[in-house]
Amino acid sequence: MLSTKTILDIESIRKDFPILQRRVHGKPLVYFDNAATSQKPKQVIEAMEFYYKNYNANIHRSIHELGEEATAKFEEAHGKIADFIKADSYQNIIFTKNTTESLNLVAYSLTAGLKKGDEIAVSQMEHHSNFVPWQQLAKQRGLKLKFIKIDDEGKLDGESIRENITKKTKIVSLTHVSNVLGTINPIGEIAKIAHENDALMVVDGAQAAPHMPIDVKKLDADFYAFSGHKMLGPTGIGVLYGKKELLESMQPFLYGGEMIREVTFDGTSFNELPWKFEAGTMNIAEGVGLGVAIDYLTKIGMNHVQGRDKELVSYAVEKLSEVDGVTIYGPKERGAVVSFNVDNIHAHDVAQILDSEGVAIRAGHHCCMPLMSVLKVPATARASFYLYNTEQEIDAFINGIHKVKNVFGV
Amino acid sequence: MMYQENILDHYKSPRNFGKIDKASVHHHEYNPLCGDEIEMFLVIEDKKIVDVKFNGHGCAISQASASMLTEQIKGKSVEELKKLTKENILEMLGIPLSPVRLKCALLSLDTLKNSILIYEKYIER
Ligand SMILES: Cc1ncc(COP(=O)(O)O)c(C=O)c1O
Repeated sequence: MLSTKTILDIESIRKDFPILQRRVHGKPLVYFDNAATSQKPKQVIEAMEFYYKNYNANIHRSIHELGEEATAKFEEAHGKIADFIKADSYQNIIFTKNTTESLNLVAYSLTAGLKKGDEIAVSQMEHHSNFVPWQQLAKQRGLKLKFIKIDDEGKLDGESIRENITKKTKIVSLTHVSNVLGTINPIGEIAKIAHENDALMVVDGAQAAPHMPIDVKKLDADFYAFSGHKMLGPTGIGVLYGKKELLESMQPFLYGGEMIREVTFDGTSFNELPWKFEAGTMNIAEGVGLGVAIDYLTKIGMNHVQGRDKELVSYAVEKLSEVDGVTIYGPKERGAVVSFNVDNIHAHDVAQILDSEGVAIRAGHHCCMPLMSVLKVPATARASFYLYNTEQEIDAFINGIHKVKNVFGV
Repeated sequence: MMYQENILDHYKSPRNFGKIDKASVHHHEYNPLCGDEIEMFLVIEDKKIVDVKFNGHGCAISQASASMLTEQIKGKSVEELKKLTKENILEMLGIPLSPVRLKCALLSLDTLKNSILIYEKYIER
């Protein structure tokens, strides 16, 4: 029934996502806001419910059966993430709340060791969460924040990369995939340049880890951050990967229970990795849920997920380009997002009318105000896809765009 | 349905659109979240609005709301306008609005109220 090119069985995948049965304003839901957060398969929802119904307990503290079961599952989730991104061990994997907290952890810990005048390089396409922490800490600590420019196509400009990563640079922090333009940045190459200059490479993988195979060692990233909720997992759980020797040398970001080895009235020694960075009672059910989401993606295969994304996004770009008056932002080679505008209709109006057709997209600045100023638009509309989306849904979305044009008479 | 005929009509052919060179006060408000902008020009005589124009760009709701508001306030006294509320604007628009879109609808009222504040505080003697 579904005409897809993919080798994946989309119909049976869709059955795993209860929310896809929903109707919105009387129409079948078309969920194209996956870059903001993905939907969750019943396997994840059920695993969390099972945790609360059967082995809810605090981890690492309780010598009883439930505590041990919970601890084992939570630790196992760290190991699954490690395998998923080809890290050496669970010790490289720190659980946080989300990408934002992961990046703040790195930013606070790393900038504490920098001197006045040291430089940090980010790009013009960063999400606020990989921008504001560096900007604010640079202000507080007298550091210099440099911006790698984007070219007309929306890719990082090669010359600007070399200009802004120099011997003065201590940290380079870049998004792997842009949540607005879809640009896939050559992190491996940039990490090389960073390392030649003795700078550390921090990667915001929020839009990459859910959509493509990640090998942190091949990329040679020093730190890699992402969010569980964008990759079929629950909200409230994120990941920071770090190289072991760096994590060992860093000061913890949050102090309290669980992250300590021994506390006396005079001082504290810290727990081993990764627990040194996981202070207080963590989001345990969410950690378990993320582990199951990783199992789900791994079973399908990240190369297949990436392949399916490509089919969907090319189809969407092709169909959108056929509509008069539509401007598409970003390069040809892109992740699973397409940002666009329809004539001079405000993106909010576009999103509102699509919503009345049951089509959920995002409209606004996408937490990338500096990028909007470079693109010289107040906002864009954005459709973003994931493995359960279909070509038929894209057709419904395109019909919605025609409706927008009808309503506004353009 | 949000995009009713009258809303679209005001959006496509805004009333009182433009500038007034010799306005008693003009003021600009901006919603960075959406990029909606409205600048309002008021001519005030004997504590009454004798002329008004607005300028701006943004979503249909923000611009239609500004256009409709300018139509309503001409001839009104400053004191009356200070009493305008969110409810008055919603009534004027006559459409259901989600909390997110409320900001768009109310930008014109903010611009008007702040124009009056500035007028009373700094301009009026
Ligand atoms: C590129 C990018 N970085 C960071 C984030 C922040 O993710 P979170 O809100 O889960 O911390 C997002 C998601 O909104 C994103 O798209």
